[in-house]
Amino acid sequence: MRILVGLGTCGVASGAGATYAAILAKAGPLDGGCRVEKTGCVGMCYREPLVEVREDDGTRWQYGQMTPDRVDRLLTEHIGKGEPIEEWLVWTSDGKGPETAFLDRQQRIVLRNCGVIDPEKIEEYLEAGGYQALKRVLERNDPDGLINVIIESGLRGRGGAGFPTGMKWRFTRLAPGKQKYVICNADEGDPGAFMDRSVLESDPHAVLEGMAIAGHAIGSTQGYIYVRAEYPMAIERLNIAVAQAEARGFLGDDVFGTGFAFHVELKEGAGAFVCGEETALIASIEGRRGMPRVRPPFPAVRGLWECPTNINNVETFANVPWIVLNGARAFNCLGTANSKGTKVFAMAGKIRRGGLVEVPMGISIREIVNDVCGGIKEGRKFKAVQMGGPSGGCIPAELEDTVIDYESINKTGAIMGSGGLVVLDETTCMVDVARFFLDFTHRESCGKCTFCRVGTKRMLEILVRITEGKGEERDLEKLENLASLVKNNSLCGLGQGAPNPVLTTLKYFRAEYEAHISNRKCPAHHCQALLTYTINEKCNGCQVCMRACTAGAITGEKGKPHVIDHGKCIHCDECARACRFEAITRV
Amino acid sequence: MTSTAPGADGAEAPRTYDFRNLHYKGEGGALIPLLQKFQVEDGYISRERIAEIHRKTGVPLSQIYGVATFYAQFRRHPVGRNIIKVCHGTACHVANAEGISKSLKDQLGVGAGETTPDREFTVETVACLGCCSLAPVLMINKDTHGNLKPADLRKVLKPYRERKAKAGS
Repeated sequence: MRILVGLGTCGVASGAGATYAAILAKAGPLDGGCRVEKTGCVGMCYREPLVEVREDDGTRWQYGQMTPDRVDRLLTEHIGKGEPIEEWLVWTSDGKGPETAFLDRQQRIVLRNCGVIDPEKIEEYLEAGGYQALKRVLERNDPDGLINVIIESGLRGRGGAGFPTGMKWRFTRLAPGKQKYVICNADEGDPGAFMDRSVLESDPHAVLEGMAIAGHAIGSTQGYIYVRAEYPMAIERLNIAVAQAEARGFLGDDVFGTGFAFHVELKEGAGAFVCGEETALIASIEGRRGMPRVRPPFPAVRGLWECPTNINNVETFANVPWIVLNGARAFNCLGTANSKGTKVFAMAGKIRRGGLVEVPMGISIREIVNDVCGGIKEGRKFKAVQMGGPSGGCIPAELEDTVIDYESINKTGAIMGSGGLVVLDETTCMVDVARFFLDFTHRESCGKCTFCRVGTKRMLEILVRITEGKGEERDLEKLENLASLVKNNSLCGLGQGAPNPVLTTLKYFRAEYEAHISNRKCPAHHCQALLTYTINEKCNGCQVCMRACTAGAITGEKGKPHVIDHGKCIHCDECARACRFEAITRV
Repeated sequence: MTSTAPGADGAEAPRTYDFRNLHYKGEGGALIPLLQKFQVEDGYISRERIAEIHRKTGVPLSQIYGVATFYAQFRRHPVGRNIIKVCHGTACHVANAEGISKSLKDQLGVGAGETTPDREFTVETVACLGCCSLAPVLMINKDTHGNLKPADLRKVLKPYRERKAKAGS
């Protein structure tokens, strides 16, 4: 019997480290050969810290919210007496527990080992069939056949643009040049996306194996993983994985004794969103400012150090070993006509079950939000989903039957992106969401193209004005005009995509913009400057708000309800923050 | 944050930087790893360090400054003993990250990009820490704290403050 503690970043942030230490300290005296082990992320971030009890026959019992104080009872009842603790159960491998719905609709290819194996032990990856795909392709030694399998599988780049992976490999293979490179783009910069982090933390060897297979396909001996510095745990586990794979001969000068050489090196990003763009990423590895350049030539022809370079994203590489082992057919029977396989989504925002889900392409947004993720928190109304990060857009609740595939998502004005799906409810102001993204893109613009550098700044100024209640009638027209200029005159995806959050919110939530401008009201009651602060009957006259008020707008006697003078109120929100009795109403 | 890869059976020798040839394990592109190394050592990139890199590698000062100011990771000023990164990603934004930042300012008296006068805390705003389902999130040094409410911050900061008190006594 084994006890496994989920020690991904989400788990650790929820206190799994303390739980792990508590189990280790107390499980020692137990007999029966019970081992305590680490594992990665199962994806149920909303129930962290997670502890799993796994019987030798493979039966799994997952417990949620396992704080250290629950450890004693777990050890005495489940481990000691063999009596599972029903009320803490999240799910079991035989289909019990309150959270089975979260896993029922999922199909796990990329996440196949996440939360199942210990990411720091190569033995467990090997037991799960690891490096068998690499062995097979090296034994067959048929790179063209391999590329055909990937093309046939229909795998498309999971980083956002959705370019067919096999085609990219073929271009790089056919490009003239002695030295070629494979780069894994792990610079997951989209705010709201964390699936690459989870895969790297929970199953780093799958990515290394995918890279080595790509190396064999295109004829490369050197791979780089460009990983963002904000992911210290992913970096640590990748370093361990690379060292283990080298020690076992899965990476190095003579992989599997076939004479194939492939080395992997980590490059830590230094914090620039634009480095997710492939030419900027290459510039960054070369030690320069991460600024994109004109394509063509594409990296497949002229990339890192001027050599042909194949760049894929983490999730794309993690798919590759599975496709090699199970065949193109097993992959392309999942999904829609043009989008095959599965997609991992990082679910966050106002939903009940936030975390990582891997669903087949072709599932609808409604199914993900309602069936998999349990709908909106606190019984509020579903308003929109934000897909694709700062280059993506908002898809309104009316279009919840849109299916997940590259083309259908593009039609709405959003993009598939890397897979961040932030769910918004009725309390979210869409103008504020647009302002948030523009604030991000204008700061992250590298400054090369004038339209991106200046245009995003001007758009942001207009949006700030609108959220502050100083919007003018012509602002929406100006926004649309600027949006099309920025979109059409920027070099890379950052600038071309930057107007999308504004364009989609204008398209689907225009009335909300108009309410801000014409009525000076924020329908979602979010924009502070447009709120009216009043004191309700919960006020007990404690005078805290009076002291907090910076404008002297609150008056009242001690012990009696206070009043806000709207003429003096400057909407600073200090009273609402100070009040401990929820007595300030914001409408 | 340049880390040494621990070998499968023990620690490997730390990677060495060949200053003269600007090579990092036989490859070019050493500038960013060098700056990262110095930032880990000093906490920030000082003028002296930039001059040192220039002297030893021959990379033009303009290029070093260019890189050091382009990337968000590189700081040009000394920082406090504890670094607090407040996440302002999408999920955190809609979960009131603004309130967390304000409350932090109430607690420490400094805002984003600033350091407390006692050099204990530096506050930074980051785009996304990748813990979106625990929003709102902040990270102190290497610890991530999730599902925060503005009122929780006093409690979250307490152990870091106590460590200071202990170190002082």
